[in-house]
Amino acid sequence: MSSVAKKRILKEYAECSNDLPSGMKVIFDEANLTKWDVVMEGPAESPYAVCLELAMCFDKRSLMHQGGHFKLEINFPNDYPFKPPVVNFKTKVYHPNVSNDDKGSMCLGMLRPEEWKPPNKVISVLHLIQNLLVEPNIDDAIETSIANDYKTNRAEFNKTAQDWVKRYAK
Amino acid sequence: MDSENEYNSSQMSDDGFMEDSDVDMDDGECLLFAAVLSESDFEVEEEDDVGFETQDKDIKPTKHAYEVDFNVFSPADIHAQQDKQIAETSSILEQPPEATAILLRHSRWNKEKLVEAYLERREEVLEEAGLGEEVQKHPPKVMKVPGFVCDICCDDDEDMETFAMKCGHRFCVDCYKRYLRTKIKDEGEAARIRCPGDKCNRIVDSKSLDLLLPPDLRDRYNELINRTYVDDKENLKWCPAPNCVYAVDCKIKDRELMRIVPTVHCNCGHYFCFGCTLNDHQPAPCALVKKWMKKCEDDSETANWISANTKECPKCHSTIEKNGGCNHMTCRKCRNEFCWMCMGVWSEHGTAWYNCNRYEEKSGHDARDAQARSRQSLERYLHYYNRYANHEQSAKLDKDIYLKTEKKMTQLQNSTGMSWIEVQFLDAASQALQQCRQTLKWTYAFAYYLARNNLTEIFEDNQKDLEMAVENLSEMFEKPIDQLKGLKRDMLDKTAYCNKRRIILLDDTATNLKDGEFSCAFGMMGFNVTLP
Repeated sequence: MSSVAKKRILKEYAECSNDLPSGMKVIFDEANLTKWDVVMEGPAESPYAVCLELAMCFDKRSLMHQGGHFKLEINFPNDYPFKPPVVNFKTKVYHPNVSNDDKGSMCLGMLRPEEWKPPNKVISVLHLIQNLLVEPNIDDAIETSIANDYKTNRAEFNKTAQDWVKRYAK
Repeated sequence: MDSENEYNSSQMSDDGFMEDSDVDMDDGECLLFAAVLSESDFEVEEEDDVGFETQDKDIKPTKHAYEVDFNVFSPADIHAQQDKQIAETSSILEQPPEATAILLRHSRWNKEKLVEAYLERREEVLEEAGLGEEVQKHPPKVMKVPGFVCDICCDDDEDMETFAMKCGHRFCVDCYKRYLRTKIKDEGEAARIRCPGDKCNRIVDSKSLDLLLPPDLRDRYNELINRTYVDDKENLKWCPAPNCVYAVDCKIKDRELMRIVPTVHCNCGHYFCFGCTLNDHQPAPCALVKKWMKKCEDDSETANWISANTKECPKCHSTIEKNGGCNHMTCRKCRNEFCWMCMGVWSEHGTAWYNCNRYEEKSGHDARDAQARSRQSLERYLHYYNRYANHEQSAKLDKDIYLKTEKKMTQLQNSTGMSWIEVQFLDAASQALQQCRQTLKWTYAFAYYLARNNLTEIFEDNQKDLEMAVENLSEMFEKPIDQLKGLKRDMLDKTAYCNKRRIILLDDTATNLKDGEFSCAFGMMGFNVTLP
């Protein structure tokens, strides 16, 4: 990994802690800068938040942040920031823009090599991911059948998404 | 001058003379002949022209209906073409060749559009291509900016050299260069690299590139620039064969692809379709090939399984897999009760038995009829698919043998004392087999979509003749080495016969396709051209 990349990643880490989207946590290992583990809660306004009935039984204050917990991995390529970081969902998620396989890969918007510009920052990527959970990008879907579900049968889509949260995103 | 006009019409594609090259032939004799013509002064050597023309008629093989005109260009040819166009445009625009090249690339080699735009709004066009007057007055340059922090590497060294285009997105020179390197080396971009600034769409102009590109990247850059020329030209395509450097020029337009299957033959030996750049798929048109391949991808395995393992409910036509031994079936969907053996309603069976002996019952007969009809379409598809797949498979097997052919040929030379030239018949046979199977394979995909009329019968006869010829040759090809020598005459004959049958089939089909004589069985294909 180049010294430019190291410097950039360290700097980005220092900067992003103030600016993280709510409900997101970055686990950072100084020994291995190239991989960030991210834990994010399903945004409250999305089907990826944990079912409210479940949360009701517990302390009411914790209800606000009872979202499903999603694990993500961000890998920085050797020639970062000239190439985009690679994002993978480690937790299965029912979403048009996340591949429904063991990789959970995402490839849209600024994450595409031809769209990525070197001044772009990881923090924007994290915001992008959170926004996508609230509002999927149907035109750029990787899972067309899920996108179809979202487009034509929203209730069914929400139900399946919530089922998956209960099953996989404890 | 009559003879000359006749010459033109017989030799040139209907678009008339080609814009880039006067030579439009694909075999050596004609090439030579045309070269003589194009260099000679027509007026003076009119006498000679007549002489040439008669000769030409004798020598030139008549073009088959399935053949299209095309030219193969080497990288040097492509370069020369670009230079020629640059020179032409340069004199119209009254710009130096260097600037003209930038303008042409920027307009994707659309000369007419560029000239028109240039005459209408000169400054704007120059500006867009990064050649505006302001740029001329203040050429881009590398400079040091106090207090500057590079947004890519986060460096803020006082002595750092920085660069920005007119858009003002400034980065340190090292990062700028690395960005360009990534784009050129890894992503293969050249003519349209955008400014590295976030969301900025400004194209990095050639003046800036001149300033920033290290020498080792220039070769690659120039090569890519060549590539974009071919990519931008509608009538030029790269040969898709691995490592092939040639490009092919063909005047067939997209809208003609319903009626013509433009197979071209690259100098590297690869046959491909100019329309879709897939391997040669004559006689089937591109749209049909695409449809067929999609269908096969989606359906084949599933259809095979369904056909082998299921029946349909006689009432609601749901597909049913029998999961137990009992023949008394109850459809999950419509609750219809029927007998698996005869497909008749169960109530007619009286008190139930496991074996059905009521084959002649009317309800069962009707149900079986309906079933048969719905299965027919599936069977029909499988009929064509299996034959298509079989030829594909056989072509692969023939290819394996082809790989052994060389070994065989050496062995033949050693064991029988035949010379190298004498064993070439094996090579010819093997190539004929490959080509004919390729054609046969696609005749089945073609036939699947064909509506029956008297032409389809001729088509099927042609298909049958070719298939028999191919199987005969294929069988002979597998004989042990010691017998091969005795078979030489026979194999040569059969090879020639195969090739002949193939040409007849392709010629016939292409003529009918061109004339719009075929129509489609499902009315969904674009190549149904019986209506104007």
